[in-house]
Amino acid sequence: MALLETEQVTMRFGGLTALSDLAIRIEKDEIVGLIGPNGAGKTTAFNVITGMNRPTEGRVRFADENVTGLGRHQISRRGIARTFQNIRLFRELTVLENVLVGCHAAIAPGVFSSALHLPGYRRREREARDLAVSLLREVGLEGNASDLAVSLPYGKQRRLEIVRALATRPRLLLLDEPAAGMNPQESLELMHLIRRIRDRYGLTILLIEHHMQVVMGVCQRIYVLEYGETIAHGDPAAIQNDPKVIEAYLGAQ
Amino acid sequence: MSPVEGRRAHLLTAAAVVAFAVFLAVADRTFDAFTLRVLNLCGIYVVLALSLNLVNGFTGLFSLGHAGFMAVGAYTCALLSMTREQKELNFFLEPILPWLARVTVPFPLALLAGGVAAAILGFLIAAPALRLRDDYLAIATLGFAEIIRVILTNAQPVTNGALGLKGLPSFAGTGVVWACAAAAVLFMVLLVRSAYGRALKAVRDDEIAAAAMGIDVFRTKVVSFTVSSFMAGVGGALLGHVITTIDPRMFTFMLTFNILLVVVLGGIGSITGSVIGSFAVTILMEALRFLDGPLDLGFVRTDGRPGLRMVVFSALLMAVVLFRQRGLMGTREFSWSMLARAGLLPRAGRSGAAGGPHGAA
Repeated sequence: MALLETEQVTMRFGGLTALSDLAIRIEKDEIVGLIGPNGAGKTTAFNVITGMNRPTEGRVRFADENVTGLGRHQISRRGIARTFQNIRLFRELTVLENVLVGCHAAIAPGVFSSALHLPGYRRREREARDLAVSLLREVGLEGNASDLAVSLPYGKQRRLEIVRALATRPRLLLLDEPAAGMNPQESLELMHLIRRIRDRYGLTILLIEHHMQVVMGVCQRIYVLEYGETIAHGDPAAIQNDPKVIEAYLGAQ
Repeated sequence: MSPVEGRRAHLLTAAAVVAFAVFLAVADRTFDAFTLRVLNLCGIYVVLALSLNLVNGFTGLFSLGHAGFMAVGAYTCALLSMTREQKELNFFLEPILPWLARVTVPFPLALLAGGVAAAILGFLIAAPALRLRDDYLAIATLGFAEIIRVILTNAQPVTNGALGLKGLPSFAGTGVVWACAAAAVLFMVLLVRSAYGRALKAVRDDEIAAAAMGIDVFRTKVVSFTVSSFMAGVGGALLGHVITTIDPRMFTFMLTFNILLVVVLGGIGSITGSVIGSFAVTILMEALRFLDGPLDLGFVRTDGRPGLRMVVFSALLMAVVLFRQRGLMGTREFSWSMLARAGLLPRAGRSGAAGGPHGAA
């Protein structure tokens, strides 16, 4: 049984069809890539899966449940976490607080239970802090815990976004161009990090990436989009030799 | 991490609280009526500014409807706390609703009812209005406040219309006002430091990311708006009972503007800023009152120019905004370490290294 399955998902914005008949199937523990030229609909696919856009047609199924049309926070609570292409950290919060926001659903604070620091809330907050600190240690950000998120260098901000997503304790992690703007050394470290968190937390990962080295290096299967259509699908070797993919990236010969 | 922490900070805080309580007790007995009223207005502004700051500063919602919630709180509390005779004295144009004339409850209950009435209204307004954002939310909330004012003006048998209510019993003494102010400060400090406060700030900083982290953004906004309305209602009720007369003209946009001024001056997103701003604005407003009267500057002599005080006040505000864009405090909060770093506090025997940018909360 697939963990995530999109059934004929189509997303239209007015006259523009950003996605048509997207049919992705991801099994548990897989690392799957989603590639394609700019404007191919990759981020739209993420937005539909995470509930930021309601698809015009089709359904999204996650862990045997139809999650189409659920609120963004409801989908997050069911176990789908994501990072953003243009980093979206909480600017005025510290690094640790950013991760703790990811623990929000686990702490489940009420306005009065948290303001009055009631015992149940205090215990859950303490557990969340332990988790947040151990996650930061995992990616080497523990030294920055009390810095403001905006003050971090770019590469660390990217890692912080991943940690924050992990704090929601997801089963499926969507990474939107995690290697964007990284140098080759950082990209290599990122690949190790992606594999490591997959193994440690039993994650399934879907990632959008332009960095072919990263995509081919970590993904077991790849979907290729162009103008909202899925033009190819298969393992890295097959994708690299697919004439349609080569045409989409390099133009017709 | 910070030079002053743990026990010493708690002791200093306790000492400061006791000192201020003693000051209030002395002030209550020795200050003349005018000065005491200004002092109590400071306390009311603390409640009101914190309430607006909760929504505007910590949740990032640009709401301008505060005067409306204050009006509802003030009228509810006044109508519940006045005696039947007092009410009948006020309603000479058209009689008050008979059942309303009969109700009189103790002041603390009336105050609470004022807050609850404002909170209910806030909740009802939040559902449609909070689907809007930024300027549109500001316009919608502003409109709601005006609607409330028009309703109050025209609901003669309940509110006595444009005549307002006079001779409110002056229940809101120094003790009551400052107990409310202290409760507001304590609640806000605890809330802002808690997980819920973190969620509010997350919604403020990035709504999309907050939702992706599992925060129910809409619900969080509604809760923040409702709690803020409650505080505004209590603040409005206190204001009515300090001034002892209320009418719909009191609750125009200018009132919201004054509170916004306090919040912006102090620092949007800073509790300390709101408290400092409350004192600064309330005291300056009174201290500059002489400008409205005849002036003799030696070289130029003017007759009374009502409004000159606001000109000077606006100039002061512009200066603050020009030189400190984020208000006096920005989003920072007071801490003993801050005083110690500024060299205003004698160091304890064992003083640590300087704290980080976010050293002490």
